[in-house]
Amino acid sequence: MTQGTLDTLRERFSADGLPAEIALGTLVVHVAAPAMHAFAAKLKSESGFDMLLDVTAIDWPGRDPRFDVVWHFYSTHEHVRVRVKTAVTEGSPVVPSLTKLYGSAAFMERECHDMYGIAFDGNDDLRPILLYEGFVGHPLRKDYPKDREQPLVPYRTP
Amino acid sequence: MMARPATIPIARADARSGAFEYVTTKKDELIGWARKFSLFPYPFVTACCAMEFMAVSSSPYDTDRFGAALPRFSPRQADLLMVVGTVTHKQAPILRKVYEQMCEPKWVMAFGVCATSGGFYQNYAAVQGIDRVIPVDVYIPGCPPRPEMVIDGIMQLQQKIATASHPILTERF
Repeated sequence: MTQGTLDTLRERFSADGLPAEIALGTLVVHVAAPAMHAFAAKLKSESGFDMLLDVTAIDWPGRDPRFDVVWHFYSTHEHVRVRVKTAVTEGSPVVPSLTKLYGSAAFMERECHDMYGIAFDGNDDLRPILLYEGFVGHPLRKDYPKDREQPLVPYRTP
Repeated sequence: MMARPATIPIARADARSGAFEYVTTKKDELIGWARKFSLFPYPFVTACCAMEFMAVSSSPYDTDRFGAALPRFSPRQADLLMVVGTVTHKQAPILRKVYEQMCEPKWVMAFGVCATSGGFYQNYAAVQGIDRVIPVDVYIPGCPPRPEMVIDGIMQLQQKIATASHPILTERF
């Protein structure tokens, strides 16, 4: 049943001209950044994906565009997930915010902004949530040295 | 591991002989004896070592046998700061403030390998040992430490308190 639902969705997205494939049992749709908000609105209203599970990103060093922003949606009616990916460049890592559609997006977009430096157009509150004010850089980018510390308290002199 | 003398030394090795020094060392011995059995811990608990802290503080291991049973949840009433778990850079100012709120005399125990050295969190987020932020008296390694190791740490701290000098009046009171 799940497979049938996913196949139906895949055909629907493909009919809209969006590349969609089933990878490891999950439907993956590739959407361009400007079309993301409209696509998510349609996903919510027409396909019944009423829950936003996760907002994250992937850093592909050396690839252009460098980042993939990834959303996971879940349908509590059909019990299926869909993964939506948007490629953005390093120079302009901006995607639309989904906070107007899904309240859960607010915190996850803040975290994604912390860790990858992705800007979410429409989310006015992108303060650090896991990091702190004054932290320079985005630690989950591959070019951030993983042991570069930015202490808030001056270290004691031994 | 520190070798323990069989008895608590009455005088420090560098103490001069004389009646005043004799009284002073007797005073240090008395105060050290009193203080080492009335450790009031403040558990600064941030991570999974908390489970081990609960195990060691309740029966059958029972830190009450060492006079270190009654956790005070205000740093102003505590004299032993037990840092139990990973301290991140975001948490470090809080740890520093808690330490500064404690009254003298005060001691610090780094409980577990994360508090001691950062443990396996060799990354941008974790403080690589709380002794970079506050002074530490006794380190307990282990992920998590066995209750026996914690008890050994408490006993070594008691030894340290018992053999230390205890000025009643200092320039800071």
